[in-house]
Amino acid sequence: MPPAAFGKIVLNEARLAWRAPRVLFLSLGLPTLLLIVFGELPAFQRHKATLGGLTEFNEYVPILIAMVMVLLGLLSLPSALVSYREQGILRRLSTTPAPPSDVLAAQIVVNLALALVSMAIIVIAGIAAFGETAPKDAGGFVLAIVLSLAAIFSIGLLIAALVRTSGAAQAISTIFFFPLLFFGGLWVPRAQMSAGLRDISGYTPMGAAVQAVQYSIQGTFPPATALLTLAGYTVVLGFLATRYFKWE
Amino acid sequence: MAVVLDGTVPAAVIEVERLRKAYGSTVAVDDVSFSVGAGEIFGVLGPNGAGKTTTVECVIGLRASDRGSIRVMGLDPIRDREKLHQLVGVQLQASALPGKLRVGEILDLYRSFYRDAADVGELVGSLGLSDKLGDYYRSLSGGQRQRLSVMLALIGNPRVAVLDEMTTGLDPQARRETWELIEAISDRGVTILLVTHFMEEAERLCDRAALIDHGRIVALDTPAGLIAQARGGKQVTFTPSAPFDDGLLLALPEVRTVAHDGSVVVVTGTGELVNAVILALYDRGVVARDVALDSSTLEEALLTLTERAADQSGVPA
Repeated sequence: MPPAAFGKIVLNEARLAWRAPRVLFLSLGLPTLLLIVFGELPAFQRHKATLGGLTEFNEYVPILIAMVMVLLGLLSLPSALVSYREQGILRRLSTTPAPPSDVLAAQIVVNLALALVSMAIIVIAGIAAFGETAPKDAGGFVLAIVLSLAAIFSIGLLIAALVRTSGAAQAISTIFFFPLLFFGGLWVPRAQMSAGLRDISGYTPMGAAVQAVQYSIQGTFPPATALLTLAGYTVVLGFLATRYFKWE
Repeated sequence: MAVVLDGTVPAAVIEVERLRKAYGSTVAVDDVSFSVGAGEIFGVLGPNGAGKTTTVECVIGLRASDRGSIRVMGLDPIRDREKLHQLVGVQLQASALPGKLRVGEILDLYRSFYRDAADVGELVGSLGLSDKLGDYYRSLSGGQRQRLSVMLALIGNPRVAVLDEMTTGLDPQARRETWELIEAISDRGVTILLVTHFMEEAERLCDRAALIDHGRIVALDTPAGLIAQARGGKQVTFTPSAPFDDGLLLALPEVRTVAHDGSVVVVTGTGELVNAVILALYDRGVVARDVALDSSTLEEALLTLTERAADQSGVPA
């Protein structure tokens, strides 16, 4: 197949994302909105001893970053792939030189790109407008982001692999969404969880992601447990997704 | 020239031998064999559930057969699928495209898959979608989506086109335009495998056709041949200028039966039936007026052949 073809596939997936306002709002709009809200709340700007001297705002920036990953990797990505399969779009492609896996790859690329843009907005706006510290351990920050994206997108791919209908995909993604965010600390920041709960959350994808990102922002290399947890999810779930993905 | 791996030149572009495919305990295709020559338009006909789509899906490599061999231009549809995808264009029933892509974008996308793509303007013009290029797929009518599907099958300038119910949902005008396009493509040497239940389409387009029922080929012939097989031959009707003795015609080797329908005489037989009948009557001073040959349709022939096959095998048609 001519090399330009994959580029065209990605271009069209990008067009479809652009033309779906719901996706754009969720991935770009919502986290930015929350950032502004958290950034403006006076209560969130107070340094607290319970948070190790950090503010609530400081606590929530990594959570918002992880939330972007979940919105794109867990809601947007599987929903698109499942509906393509359901509508016979992947099947039609399998009669052409373009392998259906190219569409899958293109969806990953587009959702990753949206995630990176959204996270960049959060980090930059957080620093520029709300006085958040720039990540002090830049290398650790990048590693944390990369592994977190890998782990969360792997969950999305596994959902896409196994689920038949777009209705079921929505339902399952929503069912996972809230517990994941809870363990990431959206309702109760991890620093304020009981020790036992915090330990458990550290083994969930979002808990590990938030921990890794937060450590690197505050200047410490992310803990090995967090990184290994993320790598573990990626390898196991990614393998299962590849093994069980149905193209029709 | 056909594309081949082992250096020989096959006579047929598509060769299916003893194909068998079962889903669990249901045998969808059972011992189907046929071959399609270069540039031929070959029809696959039969009732719903006969196994037509499964047969065609095996030919294009979308499904793996349980038994039998399939060769398309000498290539194996499953092992050599990458090579074949460049050479075979497929239009399947019931598969959608993303609703929020524009028609032009879809054509441009599919065109980019092929090394040797067709002229989009020409294709679009011949199927009447020129003014729809900027429209979203989801705004197209069923007929327009169908025509786009056919276009996507042809956009790669394929050597072989496989079309499954290509004129479903089209109005007569669009149907005719599609037939003209297929005839034009065929004139250029493209081999076409056509699944249809629409008899007028089969009669108009197909050089030969296979009638499939319950997963088996019941008959394989030209459309005229299928009609002849069903009737056990040809049929001539005429109005004689004067009465004559039926024995005159029955004595001819070409004639099988002679019947009278009011003032019209109905003669069935084989070979050069029309000539034989007219000459025999002329010798006796009788002129055959309003001579008509084979007024029955392919549809009736197929029904007859299917019933006959069912009777012979004891299976309900």
